Amino acid sequence: MRVICFGIIKDVIGNAEIEVDTKGGMTVADLKAFMYEKFHGLHEYKSFMVSVNQEYATDDLALHSTDEIALIPPVSGG
Amino acid sequence: MEANFNIQILEEPLSLQACYDFVIDEKCGGVNAFVGTVRRWNKDKEVTHLDFEAYIPMAISELSKIATAAKSTFDLEKIAIHHRTGIVKLTEIAVIIVVSSKHRKASFEGCEFIIDELKKHVPIWKKEHLTDGSYWVNARP
Repeated sequence: MRVICFGIIKDVIGNAEIEVDTKGGMTVADLKAFMYEKFHGLHEYKSFMVSVNQEYATDDLALHSTDEIALIPPVSGG
Repeated sequence: MEANFNIQILEEPLSLQACYDFVIDEKCGGVNAFVGTVRRWNKDKEVTHLDFEAYIPMAISELSKIATAAKSTFDLEKIAIHHRTGIVKLTEIAVIIVVSSKHRKASFEGCEFIIDELKKHVPIWKKEHLTDGSYWVNARP
């Protein structure tokens, strides 16, 4: 499953996207837990949101390999 | 996108005139514009430039939702929202919001609503470059 990264998350992991193994099933909460486990540097920053198919997703949403998934750190446009 | 909306995320310099021209309508007696520019001082830190990154398709989708809400809540006629990506230098424009409405009050309120909501929800990020370093705005607790 391909996950797109932006802003501070992109800087912390050193890549604009990463490949995540869903191991047969993963929710938004599982993906967040995986990211914090794999990239300890994320703990220094505010928590991030996850978007699925360009919509903000809740923690209980199940992810699919065909979804467009992105990690959304706190926004700062304008 | 609704015909009354002009929403764009652009790599090149923004045009206030283009936004103004889009919202002009014979049904309207008021136009309100908000233009966000890059300032040199952020508290006691000296800024050299900003660098904006956007998740463009989702940013346009979120801005369309905000425009839809603003149009119905404040009875706006037309809405233009243009936002920069990439490097934006001191005094240059980062964002333009221009709205038109029958009467002035709606245009003031609608314009303020749109910039406030943009800052809360739209997936755009600003890296502030200072004379002594750089950081993503709003990233740290």
